[in-house]
Amino acid sequence: MADLRSTFAGITSPNPFWLASAPPTDKAYNVHRAFEVGWGGVVWKTLGEDGPPVVNVNGPRYGALLTPDRHLLGFNNIELITDRPLQLNLDEIRAVKRTWPDRALVVSLMVPCTEAAWKAILPMVEDTGCDGVELNFGCPHGMSERGMGAAVGQVPEYIEMVTRWCKQYSRLPVIVKLTPNVTDIRQPAAAAKRGGADAVSLINTVNSIIGVDPDTLTMSPATGGMGSHGGYCGPAVKPIALHMVAEIGRSPGSAGIPISGIGGVGTWRDALDYIALGAGNVQVCTAAMVYGFKIVQDMADGLANWMDDKGFATLDDFCGKALPTVTDWQYLNLNAISKAQIDQGSCIQCGRCHIACEDTSHQAITAVVDGKRHFEVKEDECVGCNLCVTVCPVPDCITLRTLAPGEVDARTGQAVVATPADWTTHPNNPMRKAVPA
Amino acid sequence: MSAAIPATDSHAPDVRPARLAAEQYAHHFADAAPRLTRTQALVEAERCLYCFDAPCATACPTGIDVPSFIQRIADDNLRGAARVILDANPLGGTCARVCPTEVLCEQVCVRTTQSGKPVEIGRLQRYAVDAVMDRPISQLFQRATPTGKPVAVVGAGPAGIACAVGLARRGHSVVLHDAQAKGGGLNEYGLASYKMAGQFAQRELDWLLGIGGITVLTGWRLATAEQLQGLRQAHAAVYLAVGLADTPSLRVPGEDLAGVRDAVDFIAELRQADDPATVAVGRRVVVIGGGMTAVDAAVQSKLLGAETVHMVYRRGPATMGASRAEQDWAQTHGITIHHWLAPEAILPGHGGAHGHAAAVRFERMVPLHQPGGGRLQHLQATGLHETLAADMVLKAIGQKLDASLLDDCGLTLREGRVVADDDGRTGVPGLYAGGDCRLGGRDLTVEAVEDGKRAAAAIHAELSA
Repeated sequence: MADLRSTFAGITSPNPFWLASAPPTDKAYNVHRAFEVGWGGVVWKTLGEDGPPVVNVNGPRYGALLTPDRHLLGFNNIELITDRPLQLNLDEIRAVKRTWPDRALVVSLMVPCTEAAWKAILPMVEDTGCDGVELNFGCPHGMSERGMGAAVGQVPEYIEMVTRWCKQYSRLPVIVKLTPNVTDIRQPAAAAKRGGADAVSLINTVNSIIGVDPDTLTMSPATGGMGSHGGYCGPAVKPIALHMVAEIGRSPGSAGIPISGIGGVGTWRDALDYIALGAGNVQVCTAAMVYGFKIVQDMADGLANWMDDKGFATLDDFCGKALPTVTDWQYLNLNAISKAQIDQGSCIQCGRCHIACEDTSHQAITAVVDGKRHFEVKEDECVGCNLCVTVCPVPDCITLRTLAPGEVDARTGQAVVATPADWTTHPNNPMRKAVPA
Repeated sequence: MSAAIPATDSHAPDVRPARLAAEQYAHHFADAAPRLTRTQALVEAERCLYCFDAPCATACPTGIDVPSFIQRIADDNLRGAARVILDANPLGGTCARVCPTEVLCEQVCVRTTQSGKPVEIGRLQRYAVDAVMDRPISQLFQRATPTGKPVAVVGAGPAGIACAVGLARRGHSVVLHDAQAKGGGLNEYGLASYKMAGQFAQRELDWLLGIGGITVLTGWRLATAEQLQGLRQAHAAVYLAVGLADTPSLRVPGEDLAGVRDAVDFIAELRQADDPATVAVGRRVVVIGGGMTAVDAAVQSKLLGAETVHMVYRRGPATMGASRAEQDWAQTHGITIHHWLAPEAILPGHGGAHGHAAAVRFERMVPLHQPGGGRLQHLQATGLHETLAADMVLKAIGQKLDASLLDDCGLTLREGRVVADDDGRTGVPGLYAGGDCRLGGRDLTVEAVEDGKRAAAAIHAELSA
């Protein structure tokens, strides 16, 4: 059986599945339950500075994007940081860590953007015996209006400054949690690295409104007849997060910094995606909030079985393996030619490939052949765009076949060239570089 | 000849009502397939793949755009869903209940190919149509400005209603005639109660009449050529949708014994009974025939408390009129289905059963193989006999047109039915025909609706020319 043990930013855990800082990690009761069923680590729900606790709304804090069968695609919340007294949280953190010494216990923090505030809270947290701190520069709702959370995460200079304070006033590993509500994720990541962060974690939630109530024309969710944008997470945000993880991993200003992948992790496949793109571990919230804590067992089991199948003994064996396959568009091989092909044996004749291609793409799939309903690819029209593969309801019924060098592309009449060539040298590119001799 | 038939039973015949405890009837005659809940409908709707040029829509005789109505169910747009259905098929509510979907839309559903289980199109259709029937039809369809052109429709069954609604929507004035006390035709008189629970035939008809412009004239029987001539003179067009009101004879000895009756009459009696407990049924019932009517009669006999019910068909399973699902339904209800047995005689009882059916004797048949034969193979008798005891014998060997009154109208009759094109045009100007009385098709409700719908369009085109 594969070894799932993880060391992330110097913090060890028996598996790479951590519960993200969120409602599931708000108090000892939940965290004990999480560790009992096997979570590798927990990032305790964000603590604020000492004083009167924050106040949450007493109406809907959550909203969701659901399928007709009410499978959750996306999830949104307006819950603030912990609304429990600081000392109570600190006491519980200390006790939980003593009970679960082998698990990772990281404490999420969000205090005003002043040196004094950070200097005050860090020793109290460190005193609990926790394994590290995560700086919440990500929450996009509520706290950001008070100059915290995403309001800090959107200004790289603040990230660097606060990170530096934390490294100065604490010996703990510092993980900087990033907001995706920025135009270029590489800037805040690089700032965290400059500030001395031990790791970054991402993504926090995305600014979002779930919808509008058709009866009242009130935004949803609303409390007392009004709503406010929430933070969006769950399966729908994973592709956004994966892109950001990859960007950080391949950008010179941030490459090499450990990354904790967050956003839509609900299965072992999701964890695989993050880790293969360079994340050292993953954090989970939505899946736990939908299914309960036991889901970690299925994720861990699936990941271990896949690793066994592929011959990976440890997480390091495949961590980052997919990152070198991410590049800029300009470097894609324009000489690589693919054509869709439809396996007639498994085709169920729904015709979705045809109508998608016919109406919206390249008119490259038949509907009728010799008077009969029949769907096949017209290779002289197919550009290999993958739309048909995407809309086909049958797994592996439509696949893309890459033409071998020398094979003639029926669309262009040209033989496939074995040598790769990209946009940088393409004759249509006015900025093209000379082709090396 | 009957004297040669041996005695079979000397017990008194046992045919009586109220075989069951009162509370059992409500359970037995409840909706066979209740309306889906919203959750069920949403989950089922999600299974629809929204096929291009969807096979289900092509398979539907009325061409309902199935993917669109299912998409609208998934969107919580039930009025839009119902409009898609009812625009193509005004009797979409009945068809959702009685269509043999397993040989129509659901048979060709690509989910059948993919996973062996089609989208439950029929039940989704009912979900959408039922949802709009508590509001006036005018919220879905508006009648066009009245044209003042009168059209007579003879027969208020599925074809006649569909034609009347189609004409009324286009502004014409329709007089819808029917020989029975109520409109609805087979919907009202010819289908099993559990398929049309809650007086659905009348509810649907009443709802459709809300479109306006339709006058219903019940108790009006077309019996003479003069009547038809009168209709033609008084109306711009006449649509004949008289169905198949006659039943053929078995032509075996003993057919006139007490306890022998037409299955359609038995079904009608049950449908019209305020309380099913008042309908008499035999302790042992033999149903002769292999169609939907035979199944409806057999299953309802069982539900009324018959101890044994045999359904006997002279040919094999492949040519049974009852669909596979109907056969399963019958067998689930404890009906024994026999094949390759042709009725030879209905045997009278003795003593107390004198003059009353006591058994049916059959002769076992085999198909006579012949090159290039049609769907129905010729049969060859084997000389082997089987006898089934019966207190009640129900004949369900089909219905036929009473052609006598149409002889002098200039209509062409073939195979006992009226020859007309798919739009209902007969050779006689202004006279249209459709539904079961028209030659062609499989005698399905949904085909009758399509006949009526097309005829309405054709009549409208003619009146507008």
